[in-house]
Amino acid sequence: MSLKIIVLAKQVPDTRNVGKDAMTAEGTVNRAALPAIFNPEDLNALEQALRIKEQNPGTTVGLLTMGPPRAGEIIREGLYRGADTGWLLTDRLFAGADTLATSYALATAIKKIGDVDLVIGGRQAIDGDTAQVGPQVAQKLGLNQVTYAEEILKIENGKATIRRMIDGGVEVVEAPLPLVVTVNGSAAECRPQNAKLVMKYKYAACPLEVAEDDARKGLRTGRPYLNLTQWSVADVDGDPNQCGMSGSPTKVKEVQSIAFQAKESKSLTGADADIDGLIKELLNDKIIG
Amino acid sequence: MNNVFVYIEIEGTEVREVSQELLTKGRKLANELKVELHAVAIGTGIKGKVEEQILPYGVDKLFVFDAPELFPYTSAPHTDIVVNLFKEEQPQICLMGATVIGRDLGPRVSSSLTSGLTADCTQLEIGPYEDKKSGKTYENLLYQIRPAFGGNIVATIVNPDHRPQMATVRSGVMQKAVYEGNCKKEVVYPEVGKYVSPEAFVVKVLDHHVEAAKHNLKGAPIVVAGGYGVGSKEGFDMLFELAKVLHGEVGGSRAAVDAGWIDNDRQIGQTGVTVHPKVYIACGISGQIQHIAGMQDSGIIISINSDPEAPINKIADYVITGTVEEVVPKMIKYYKQNSK
Repeated sequence: MSLKIIVLAKQVPDTRNVGKDAMTAEGTVNRAALPAIFNPEDLNALEQALRIKEQNPGTTVGLLTMGPPRAGEIIREGLYRGADTGWLLTDRLFAGADTLATSYALATAIKKIGDVDLVIGGRQAIDGDTAQVGPQVAQKLGLNQVTYAEEILKIENGKATIRRMIDGGVEVVEAPLPLVVTVNGSAAECRPQNAKLVMKYKYAACPLEVAEDDARKGLRTGRPYLNLTQWSVADVDGDPNQCGMSGSPTKVKEVQSIAFQAKESKSLTGADADIDGLIKELLNDKIIG
Repeated sequence: MNNVFVYIEIEGTEVREVSQELLTKGRKLANELKVELHAVAIGTGIKGKVEEQILPYGVDKLFVFDAPELFPYTSAPHTDIVVNLFKEEQPQICLMGATVIGRDLGPRVSSSLTSGLTADCTQLEIGPYEDKKSGKTYENLLYQIRPAFGGNIVATIVNPDHRPQMATVRSGVMQKAVYEGNCKKEVVYPEVGKYVSPEAFVVKVLDHHVEAAKHNLKGAPIVVAGGYGVGSKEGFDMLFELAKVLHGEVGGSRAAVDAGWIDNDRQIGQTGVTVHPKVYIACGISGQIQHIAGMQDSGIIISINSDPEAPINKIADYVITGTVEEVVPKMIKYYKQNSK
């Protein structure tokens, strides 16, 4: 059976290997020093979608993201890896959204796209680690959800069989479509970018990414697949009060960089005498037995 | 009305420790707010088996929902029960474990009730809040404190206008303790059919397999933890050897887990396990805040790092400037020599 799949993806700052230069002298995060990347678990999600597409001819995979105009980059990256299309939700009214307002925006866009069989996203994004958006999108769409998925084993007779991680074990569940699935980082890695697709989609762009005097305007006119869809709150018939800051029940009271209480520490080297002395001291003090 | 609720997580008929930890925290919050602590337990065949695992932690009222197909957990039936119970009870605070179940259920419930939810809190406190835009002030809000942005900052989140204020907390972050004070310990068994419709049971669990934990990292008195500076999977073998001679357990930083050198159930930090050992030996760990959040309460901290400026050295009792490769075998050698 052919399916209509939407992959939820987010462009995130790469917080995994934050070096010293990523913090300013005041202790705040220097965002400019962190590269913007395709959220890792969303790539695991894309891979699951592409596998289903291979097994079910006629299936389409579209990438839905919300962010500033530059987030169009990850739609292109998705296209390079095998997605068919993408939508960028971008509007100042979306800014400052917590997970609930984000899920409202995404759910509204998914309704606008319509007739979706499967919504697949990463379990969580590395800039927030909340794992909330997937289930909240499911609730807003009135759909069932399977979180922490490791592999979508099969889709048959309108039902998906999915292996998922649970605390201390694994579970296999069967859930009817339409369905929201969030994919864990332990799932299969995403396939690499395909050179032919890179050639095809290199100049794909959302309207806000294209300057007025862009030399490739003519190129895009003849190739509709290079014009990525870009939606504002109004385009998806969204309620501005439920978007962005105003739609967010949680408020940030304060943000601090923590300075840990520095201790008086003993400095040692790797020399034999130092290590021998340390072990003796710990044994004498009964700190180790 | 206005009480503090804890969602109780149950594997079969066994209450998960994280729920007991949350009850102890919930009791403190309830005392501070001068309200009651309530708990909701949902499962199959749990009546008469879970009450004594829950009530001693200071519960005033326990709601037990016992019916077929409520175990193993699936999203929709548990969501319906919690949402409908909360519509009746109107709690001001709801705490859940930041476990696979809590992180599946929490967002679903918060979206149904349009309430705010903060994931993976490391501290929960009560305090006032002033909304700078509206100038409105609030008393007795729940401060939901959590590291954010990969653990590089700590944010205090509040939910001024929506109830319940929901938060999840990881296992091991709070400490459980049987409550010595007075509490009501009332238990009720509501009719499940009034809270959840048959249509909610559409997701079927075909196979459910849980193994006893392979290690006891959370409770280990000595933890040997490795980071990116360990360099390889083979490097970790050395750490396992050191842990073995010291009768400890091995953990890893997020960087080491991401590199595939150690299983992710051994990750120490804000998004992994929180440990409180007597001795913590950090091998080649730079000490990102997200990691430190999971081990800062350790007794003695020993840092082995080739970089004398590694941030973790600031909180270490002993700083050994050297490579893991050089120092760890010497520690094994001299421990064997000296401990006889």
